[in-house]
Amino acid sequence: MRPNHPPDRYSPMQALKKIAVAPLLLALGGCKMVVMNPSGDIAAQQRDLIIIATVLMLLIIVPVIILTLLFAWKYRRSNEAAKYDPDWHHSTRLEIVIWAAPLVIITILGAVTWTSTHLLDPYRPLDRIAPGRAAATKPLKVQVVALDWKWLFIYPELGIATVNELAAPVDTPIDFDLTSSSVMNSFYVPALAGQIYAMPGMRTQLHAVINKPGEYEGFSANYSGAGFSDMRFKFHGLSQADFQQWARDVRGGKGELNRSVYLVLEKPSQKTPVQRFASVDRDLFDAAVNRCVEPGKMCQHDMMRIDAAGGLGMAGVYNVTTLEYDKRVRRGEGGLRAFVAALCAPPKATTASVAR
Amino acid sequence: MSPDLVKFLFGRLTWDAIPFHEPILLATFAVVALGGVAVLGLLTYYKAWGYLWREWLTSVDHKKIGVMYIILAIVMLLRGFADALMMRAQQAIAFGDHAGYLPPHHYDQIFTAHGVIMIFFVAMPLVTGLMNLVVPLQIGARDVAFPFLNNFSFWMTVGGAVTVMLSLFVGEFARTGWLAYPPLSNLAYSPDVGVDYYIWALQVAGVGTTLSGINLIVTIIKMRAPGLSLMKMPVFTWTSLCTNVLIVATFPILTATLALLTADRYLYTNFFTNDFGGNPMMYVNLIWIWGHPEVYILILPAFGVFSEVVSTFCGKRLFGYSSMVYATVVITILSYLVWLHHFFTMGSGASVNSFFGITTMIISIPTGAKIFNWLFTMYRGRIRFETPMLWTVGFMVTFVIGGMTGVLLAVPPADFVLHNSLFLIAHFHNVIIGGVVFGMFAGINYWFPKAFGFKLNSFWGKVSFWCWLVGFWVAFAPLYVLGLMGVTRRLNHFEDPSLQIWFVIAAIGAVIILFGILAFLVQIIVSIRDREALRDVTGDPWGGRTLEWATSSPPPAYNFAFTPVIHQIDAWWDMKQRGYERPTSGFIPIHMPANTGAGVVLAGISTVLGFAMIWHIWWLAALSFVALIASTIVHTFNFKRDYYIPAEEVVRVEDERTQALRSLA
Amino acid sequence: MASHAQTLTAADADRFHMTEEHHPENGTLLGFWIYLMSDCLIFAVLFAAYAVLGRNYAAGPSGADLFELPVVAVNTGLLLFSSITYGFAMLSAQAGRKTPTLVWLAITGLFGAGFLTLELTEFAHLIHEGAGPQRSAFLSSFFTLVGTHGLHVTFGIIWLVTLMVQVGQRGLDEAMRRRLMCLSMFWHFLDVIWIGVFSFVYLLGALK
Repeated sequence: MRPNHPPDRYSPMQALKKIAVAPLLLALGGCKMVVMNPSGDIAAQQRDLIIIATVLMLLIIVPVIILTLLFAWKYRRSNEAAKYDPDWHHSTRLEIVIWAAPLVIITILGAVTWTSTHLLDPYRPLDRIAPGRAAATKPLKVQVVALDWKWLFIYPELGIATVNELAAPVDTPIDFDLTSSSVMNSFYVPALAGQIYAMPGMRTQLHAVINKPGEYEGFSANYSGAGFSDMRFKFHGLSQADFQQWARDVRGGKGELNRSVYLVLEKPSQKTPVQRFASVDRDLFDAAVNRCVEPGKMCQHDMMRIDAAGGLGMAGVYNVTTLEYDKRVRRGEGGLRAFVAALCAPPKATTASVAR
Repeated sequence: MSPDLVKFLFGRLTWDAIPFHEPILLATFAVVALGGVAVLGLLTYYKAWGYLWREWLTSVDHKKIGVMYIILAIVMLLRGFADALMMRAQQAIAFGDHAGYLPPHHYDQIFTAHGVIMIFFVAMPLVTGLMNLVVPLQIGARDVAFPFLNNFSFWMTVGGAVTVMLSLFVGEFARTGWLAYPPLSNLAYSPDVGVDYYIWALQVAGVGTTLSGINLIVTIIKMRAPGLSLMKMPVFTWTSLCTNVLIVATFPILTATLALLTADRYLYTNFFTNDFGGNPMMYVNLIWIWGHPEVYILILPAFGVFSEVVSTFCGKRLFGYSSMVYATVVITILSYLVWLHHFFTMGSGASVNSFFGITTMIISIPTGAKIFNWLFTMYRGRIRFETPMLWTVGFMVTFVIGGMTGVLLAVPPADFVLHNSLFLIAHFHNVIIGGVVFGMFAGINYWFPKAFGFKLNSFWGKVSFWCWLVGFWVAFAPLYVLGLMGVTRRLNHFEDPSLQIWFVIAAIGAVIILFGILAFLVQIIVSIRDREALRDVTGDPWGGRTLEWATSSPPPAYNFAFTPVIHQIDAWWDMKQRGYERPTSGFIPIHMPANTGAGVVLAGISTVLGFAMIWHIWWLAALSFVALIASTIVHTFNFKRDYYIPAEEVVRVEDERTQALRSLA
Repeated sequence: MASHAQTLTAADADRFHMTEEHHPENGTLLGFWIYLMSDCLIFAVLFAAYAVLGRNYAAGPSGADLFELPVVAVNTGLLLFSSITYGFAMLSAQAGRKTPTLVWLAITGLFGAGFLTLELTEFAHLIHEGAGPQRSAFLSSFFTLVGTHGLHVTFGIIWLVTLMVQVGQRGLDEAMRRRLMCLSMFWHFLDVIWIGVFSFVYLLGALK
């Protein structure tokens, strides 16, 4: 595959040839087929699964295609020599075979699916970083917030944060916690591991590891609005030393990511350049998940606790304030939205007051 | 006029909603307007208005309604395919610094409209149209159970299509993707009219679809000819029955889900909002509880077509009829137990994901059995490669690949790397084009002579087939590859120039498909021109096996002068084998439903209601709502809904056929 | 003519077409029943939405704060009685007695109107107190579920009045008896749905 040819030099005939070799490339893993040739252990296991499942199914698919073409040719009308049996329409033995053959394949595939889905569950902490290598090092924690339309990465243990740039040391498990500030996005670094959605008011998780140093593509895999196409970032797989250096550089730089900076950052923007923050508000991710970065807004976990105790009664009816600067305004489309105001009392007192 | 009065009269509709500054849209509008004026002019010139109104628009004849559904689908196919070409062109050129020619604001509308139109206004009308045309004939009935409702359903579908088309020239369409996931589709992030167009188009059309589903179920249950027990029904009728059961059991879910989204957008409720306890995930669940059965709604009738075609053109009874029927029923039931496979990546637990993954795979067992049944129908057959059979063989080799990639996507860890990628796009086009579209083209080529009395030109039919088959693979094989290169869907432009070649190939494939569509249109025009040469007087041009081939082509309004009595599967084949002679005397008056304009009126008012709601023109919404109720009530006072075709008329029609058949011999 | 879709009589054994006119069974009641099942699915979605969102009060009032069970009990009584009176209307219709049919239908309609009045009063009261459908997901799903049922009752009453006019004009012929039967199914169906609403929304809500 020579990717840099100008496209206008390709005639349809050459295009057809490309198509003919495509399956071959597929079988070989293709030079740029990142899904078939990833650099992280999880993605590699997912790739293996694709190959196993495909081979299993080809056991049925290939004979079916061959038989279809063969029968179509052999029993064409002009072939008088072929046997014609217009009343033959049933054979118990054959019927058993045609139901049993897919059944056997699907049973095997089902077993593979059950085990692999549990083993490769993105919520499951890694127990290995590569075949035969147990996960020994402490995982790196990364908190991911999908904003309109960029990615915010917070490293809570390092106290730093970045926008549209992600770095991690090789052979170290990475624990991602993900959420979104507005709409649904999907966090996906094909070289690293399968994707997981980042959704507002919800927290999802992903456990992965990168095994080879390098620069990899990351992006949102779920359409999220006008700036979606540029919601990309580089994922740097770095050696342990390089990663420490990178973290030192970030920490030595400028910028503090606190709530007010976040609220500015959160406004819709496109093609956002890389930003680095030398320090970060430690509660920021928690507030983002609970949708209470804005001052005075009730956090969802508080709301859920109050709701679990039966709500705030009729007194809660008017505990609603207008959000001054919601996304609607931010997207330039006017209109104000309301939200539930935080209670003035500290959290403990709140709990006490609702325990009726 | 004061601004308040203008706002009262026109809601949020202003001159800004008309895209004067969009050359592409203006040109499109000019073409549509000129075409429309030309059609209207021709109708007036040939004084065809009365004919059109009496014989078609107000007709309750299931055959004419079926034909109108298919015409609607073909018109909408042109629109949906224009969207596809624009997307392919954009993705083929938008690399690096080159942003392409469609900014996201347009591009996002186009991919949304493409999906909505192709599913709701192309695939659905094709399927419903064929079922309408064929099912009553296959079961020996005179019409459907509720002929007026049938007409009304059709016009509601048209109303939805008109609403979508309006969004092109007045305002804009949704920029959300074809299933409009909240929060993106909710008021906070899509405050303009796009999503409202989406909602009202689907609601208006959805009413039609649900009612048509009820209608066909009752038709199949209650109106079968004597002797036609369930296990003797043609497979197409079986698949139609299952499809309509699925329609009735899922479209209300879509209606309710969209109604909740409507409430969020119009009444500021909090079903799918981020704050106030709303739950966007609930929408995703609900929409797929409808959405997954929907794909089986589309594919099952296509399976039915292939079953009819393969046994006819192999000159052989369908292999494994019973297992075919059971497979269809099993697919119908299982289609409800798989919806979560559309969002494995939203954080469900491993056990939930595996459950839905495995149920999905299980569907491939009955589907596989069906493929084998067609295969062994070909075995020891005498295959005539007429156009419908070509589509069938093309389907068998194409669809199995789509099935394979589908099962692959059903393995949750594999889905984690392939979800939302172009691999997924290639997969579902592989099964929808390779399955549904091929099936519908097979069906149109197969039943066209029944509907119009002459065959379709086979040369252009074959050109169309080969363009579609080759075009499909050239357009979508690169998408499989791109998916494995980690390229996601709905991207407006790309950074990596090495991807471009694949998109260029895909665009070439789309152009080849375009030639397939054009060849199909040429096929129809050429066939109409050469209709005398292609004329089929027998009513049975293919050596058919099922009951629809027993009557003339086109069938008389009453379908069968005498209701047939059925003894076996493949009733018409049985009749031919046993030397059945067509009755030529003893005709009696026939009881038939009468035409009515009520369907056009009610659907028209519903469309106006939708439009008024979209633009917040509250007085018009209230007025049209009241008008809708009032017209419905007025319609219920019409008790003269039927008439008798006099015996002399039946004698005249049947004698004509007798003469024609005699001249043939 | 009996239904002979499945079985052939001896006379049919060696013929391929009927010589008399074939009248398939009327499918209206089956069709209407299938429609009701599709409507039932709409309610199923609304119930499901309520099941998911019914405790998301958004730190606002809950059912226990809002519902007035005595009023709802009266409402339930009205609707249940209307089903009984509709039953009496159907008995009269089957006996071919036009005036009693109309009287019972009128009583049914009045019960229905009473039900609606109480429900609308309740809604107005809630909205006035600030507990409108916008306040929380719980209230959104409550108003939508109960309101959709109320909307059905409204259409049922419009339909009922229409049928009364038609019965007045035409008497109780076969077509009218079939229409009354359809409305009867619709009316009882709404009753069944209401029993679900009453127990699932009001009783369970007030208990919490």
